[in-house]
Amino acid sequence: MSAETRAAAGRDASRIHNIGYRSYDGPRLGRAYARRSLFSQTLRGSYGLGRSAKSKVLPMLLFGVMALVAAILVAVSMAAPDASKLVVKYTSYAIYLQAVIGLFIAAQAPQAVSRDLRFKTVPLYFSRPIERTDYVLAKLAATAAALFILTGTPLLILYVGSLLAKFDFADQTKWFAQGLVSVALLSVLFAGLGLVMAALTPRRGFGVAAVIALLTITYGAVSTVQAIAWETGSTGAVQWLGLFSPITLIDGVQTAFLGATSAFPGGEGPGAGAGVVYLIVVLALVAGSYAVLMRRYRRAGL
Amino acid sequence: MARATNVVDVTAVIATEALSMRFPRVTALDRLTLDIGPGVTGLVGSNGAGKSTLIKILLGLSPATEGRAAVLGLDVATSGAAIRERVGYMPEHDCLPPDVSATEFVVHMARMSGLPPTAARERTADTLRHVGLYEERYRPIGGYSTGMKQRVKLAQALVHDPQLVLLDEPTNGLDPVGRDEMLGLIRRIHTDFGISVLVTSHLLGELERTCDHVVVIDGGTLLRSSSTSDFTQTTATLAVEVTDSDNHPDGTGALRKVLIDAGITLVGHDGIDTEGLPGAGHILLIEADGEDTYDVVRDSVAGLGLGLVRMEQRRHHIAEVFRTEQGAAHTAAAPAAAGAVHPAAQQAVQQKGSGRDER
Repeated sequence: MSAETRAAAGRDASRIHNIGYRSYDGPRLGRAYARRSLFSQTLRGSYGLGRSAKSKVLPMLLFGVMALVAAILVAVSMAAPDASKLVVKYTSYAIYLQAVIGLFIAAQAPQAVSRDLRFKTVPLYFSRPIERTDYVLAKLAATAAALFILTGTPLLILYVGSLLAKFDFADQTKWFAQGLVSVALLSVLFAGLGLVMAALTPRRGFGVAAVIALLTITYGAVSTVQAIAWETGSTGAVQWLGLFSPITLIDGVQTAFLGATSAFPGGEGPGAGAGVVYLIVVLALVAGSYAVLMRRYRRAGL
Repeated sequence: MARATNVVDVTAVIATEALSMRFPRVTALDRLTLDIGPGVTGLVGSNGAGKSTLIKILLGLSPATEGRAAVLGLDVATSGAAIRERVGYMPEHDCLPPDVSATEFVVHMARMSGLPPTAARERTADTLRHVGLYEERYRPIGGYSTGMKQRVKLAQALVHDPQLVLLDEPTNGLDPVGRDEMLGLIRRIHTDFGISVLVTSHLLGELERTCDHVVVIDGGTLLRSSSTSDFTQTTATLAVEVTDSDNHPDGTGALRKVLIDAGITLVGHDGIDTEGLPGAGHILLIEADGEDTYDVVRDSVAGLGLGLVRMEQRRHHIAEVFRTEQGAAHTAAAPAAAGAVHPAAQQAVQQKGSGRDER
């Protein structure tokens, strides 16, 4: 009996009933860590990770399409007798599948910035150690990284496939590297433009429409005018018209510097001289996007 | 009610010195000098009084036009990030995304405050439990009631164990029960968690029960800053309602007579609350000078053999204190006359009200 009571008393003593408030004495990792956390949260969110199952559907589907088409192209290349290279150039892949990329950025840019604006979560960020630059940079970098994963993975599949098919290693590696540089540039440009459109239209649905409009309308207009210019024989104008839509900008830069074949009518891509202008415009657009976002959030704090 | 003021040996949590904030058209803060110690402090002011501007400056988010401010001994102009690491902020407006769970959201906010991943998870679980969210914390916030959302907002402000939290209108949109629970929680933030609180509200009554100290600003200037016990002691109003009995068909009248004999001061129109509420004619308003008044009322009621229906502190009396102060300040009346003016002014207000009712 006494043993029992002792046991009971022992149990009572070892059991903690009152879990009152415990203060936190551990490390506080500050601004850089918070920025990294925001980056990874946004990047994961772009693919619906850590969010509802419903929001995983679209990004995963688009990612699947990008990867599947690459796999099919590899299979086709390998099946062809005495093939010595892939049926598609690394640099052309993103141009061919621009609609998929456009859909992805249109769906995910609003996810990255509009939600915080629409639900007024932004003040909660700015009442913490991070500054406006940290927020904008983290969002921009995360969206660009999400796009880079989307556009870079199929290139990786093509590259691995080409190595398995025993195509020339040196050539493939060089082209693959060129392709990666091209899609990296594309990712940053599209992320900047997409986030600006989304941040300026926080209403649900509008952001998606705005991004799609920006990408498709400009591309439609540019390629139509380019076609007319080429038909009417003013070939000189074709290369300059490409400056007015995001995807033709990337096309121009990679044609000039990354050994790509231009998708412009008649393959009239810009040469090295015009290519510099293309590159400057791309960089200016990225910087401009950053500036607009910074401005956008100046008023959004609290 | 006489709450001990143990604000003696303390350094200021918030200190401002001639703080001004001028926008092209309006002056939001006008040479505001404040000294707020640890504990729960209420910041009272009407819309546009400068409350939000003050909070923004205290978080180091917008530079003041003039003057200086320090939070936890850190200058807001130079140490904004360091302040924001140690301060929690709960905004007035809705700020929660509906498609994530409370746990996920608060964990993310904890990491944004610099807590390592594991600590962020532990602190989130702790904090959500402390604010009273249990199983529902795994469900998306979109399905929460207003009360639960307010708790999540509070949790994100507390999750990094700050030394000070700034709560902007935390009881907004809550029903009376939710309001009481929130006020209790705010009280506990200081008593149990040891975190100082600055809470804004335009409902003065709720601050008297929750706060150690109340600061009133209007038009960007300081109207009054004092400890709540200061004025609850001197001017507390008690509302008493009793039943009638066979011996005393007019129980209220009988009690009034006994209380006057006992030397207790009645408030208002012969001590009768005539504010037009149902049954208000049977409510006696008396002035409570201290703990003894409660005993006198209790003994008197028991002596008469009446039933005590209610005995409560009138919630709006801080408002009255400030209204008369404000009125006195504006009309530049002689300070000595202010006390004498008070009942008469109140009576005038009441008569105006009843007159409007008749018409």
